[in-house]
Amino acid sequence: MIELDHVVKRYEGRPVVDDLSLTVPAGAFCVLLGPSGCGKSTTLRMMNRLVPFDAGTIRIAGDDVRVVPEEALRRRIGYAIQSIGLFPHWSVEDNIGTVPRLLNWPRVRIRDRVTELLELLRLDAEAYRHKYPHQLSGGEQQRIGVARALAADPELLLMDEPFGAVDPITRDALQSEIARIHAATKKTIVFVTHDIEEALRLASVIAILERGRLAQWGTPIDIVEHPVSQFVRDFVGGDGSGLKLLGLRRIAERMRPGETAAGDPISADASLRDALAAMTEHHTDRLPVVNTAGSRVGVITLADLVR
Amino acid sequence: MTGSATPALRTAATRNSPIRLHNHVIPLLFAAAVVAAATCGFVAVAPNRLVSGEPVPLWFAADPIFIAGLAVLGALLLATALLPAGRAMQLAAPAIAAMLILVILAAAGEAAAAEAVSASKLARVSLGAAFWIMLGAAGLAALDGLQRARAGILIQLVAVAALAAGFSGMVEAGLFDALSLAHEYRARQEQFAGALLRHIELVVTAVGAAVLIGFPLGVAALRRPHWQDPLFAVLNLLQTIPSIALFGLLLVPLSALATAFPSFAALGIGGIGVAPAIIALVLYALLPVVRSTVSGLGGVDRGVIDAARGMGMTPRQRFWQVELPLAMPVLLAGLRIVIVQAIGLTVIAALIGAGGLGSFVFQGLGQYAADLVLLGALPAITLALAADFLLQSATALLRRRAAR
Repeated sequence: MIELDHVVKRYEGRPVVDDLSLTVPAGAFCVLLGPSGCGKSTTLRMMNRLVPFDAGTIRIAGDDVRVVPEEALRRRIGYAIQSIGLFPHWSVEDNIGTVPRLLNWPRVRIRDRVTELLELLRLDAEAYRHKYPHQLSGGEQQRIGVARALAADPELLLMDEPFGAVDPITRDALQSEIARIHAATKKTIVFVTHDIEEALRLASVIAILERGRLAQWGTPIDIVEHPVSQFVRDFVGGDGSGLKLLGLRRIAERMRPGETAAGDPISADASLRDALAAMTEHHTDRLPVVNTAGSRVGVITLADLVR
Repeated sequence: MTGSATPALRTAATRNSPIRLHNHVIPLLFAAAVVAAATCGFVAVAPNRLVSGEPVPLWFAADPIFIAGLAVLGALLLATALLPAGRAMQLAAPAIAAMLILVILAAAGEAAAAEAVSASKLARVSLGAAFWIMLGAAGLAALDGLQRARAGILIQLVAVAALAAGFSGMVEAGLFDALSLAHEYRARQEQFAGALLRHIELVVTAVGAAVLIGFPLGVAALRRPHWQDPLFAVLNLLQTIPSIALFGLLLVPLSALATAFPSFAALGIGGIGVAPAIIALVLYALLPVVRSTVSGLGGVDRGVIDAARGMGMTPRQRFWQVELPLAMPVLLAGLRIVIVQAIGLTVIAALIGAGGLGSFVFQGLGQYAADLVLLGALPAITLALAADFLLQSATALLRRRAAR
């Protein structure tokens, strides 16, 4: 979907993105992760040419981004940012309809699309359509920001620390929301964050950047289990990585099918970390496991967690 | 312990002073008006238009009915300052003050008519210090009341329209015909309309030109920040030149230009007249226009601009759809300052033969006829207040729409 080929970006002669090559497969949820100043945001903004690059090639769906006119390129890429950047003088409907309007969609089609997106983000379309950004909470504004990015049904969604400015509870809700939208739409998402927990929770693949270079590329489990350098190990959180690993694996992977146990059951979709928490809480080393339909499908034990 | 002591103390304080002063402005204005009415002339009667008149105090000049009306309304206004401030009470104060304004005007007109009957044909009745102070006090009380009531644009419009309707009704009824100001107006009826129109033309042309030059200049300064310091240095310098000096400074180069190129002279460009006046007015208007352009457009949230770029807006779409509408309240506020300033400066432009309301002011100064000065000054002030009010309302409407 996106190929970066030896891309270089310098500010005043100093490289901030240094010979970066990576390929994001279609449908991936790719998180660009790293400390501030590592070039992750610059990398994202080069993909829709908000930042010009000095060397190398970036291709989106096979097209060299420098061949396509920049406005046309950006209109086919969804874009959401930390400060949200909703247009304060436009209603929710006008904000979401920005790109469709730029693409000259008919009014009725824009209206219907706005309704569809508000419903996708679980906001009451009729109640929200005519509100202005200042009438919304931070979390609602960010949802509108995501809806606006999705408006013209882009093949690719770029998100620059989109949940950086909201409180932890809202942030948690928005993370579930974007994970659900990714699962439902199968869109390719490139997501910038410096928050390791957020990255592990959302990513299908993570690119860790260190001073403009790719420090490691891999799935969340790869990165926690096999950090390739001290930098990655420190960044992923050294001592806490065991717990992080538990958080990444589903109970379904380790459970003993067919066995039964007494007590409150836990969902097979929950993480091993959830299982550990439940065992600690209930002073037990065995939990019955249920599937999404609610029927008992097996047992998970403390020994299974550390296997 | 402290928790129970505080309410007790508060009760004691309330008991000591059953009437609390909720508004300190109205009693102050009331006192000023009473002192003025007691010590200064409400109207002045002079044997002819060129000598200064003998002051006639309010109780001597005005009809007892009007004096009683003033006393009752004044007392009511004072009462609003003492009573607890409910919403109805907050709107009562400006309403009473507005009625006071109309009664003061009517009393003055009636007093002038009464004085004129007993005087010779050449005698003039002009407005005295007490009239102006009372009118000013009532006006300030009305403004203060509107502000305290947080009156919206609609209420303000109603108040202004009611005052304007009351005033023009009194003018139509000939209530002010005996005043010296009306004599001066009647003597120059034809010139007055022309001067008023010329004044407005000068202001509109100068402000229009200043916007056409200053707005692109401001946009250019935003694109190239290193231009801003020298640009503002020049504009600030222009602003510090006294207006009369600037009009004088333009005299020499423009008359030289007109002599060298007769075609310029044919267009009306010369050392005196409309051309130098407009040039000077434009130069003065440039600084506020450029400054509000820079601060208005430069103050648009970076995140919003970044989002607009990221959505795929062209620079032109970004400017017209996002940056300009968001900067509009600041731009309109700047325009307000520019227009009010230009209306005042245009009065001085009469000095170099540009015409306008200033011509009455300078004629009046030359003849030592204070009422002729007023004939120029009062419409200029009214024009400035009207322009200010209209633009303020427009800004408030825009802000309400684009509220964050």
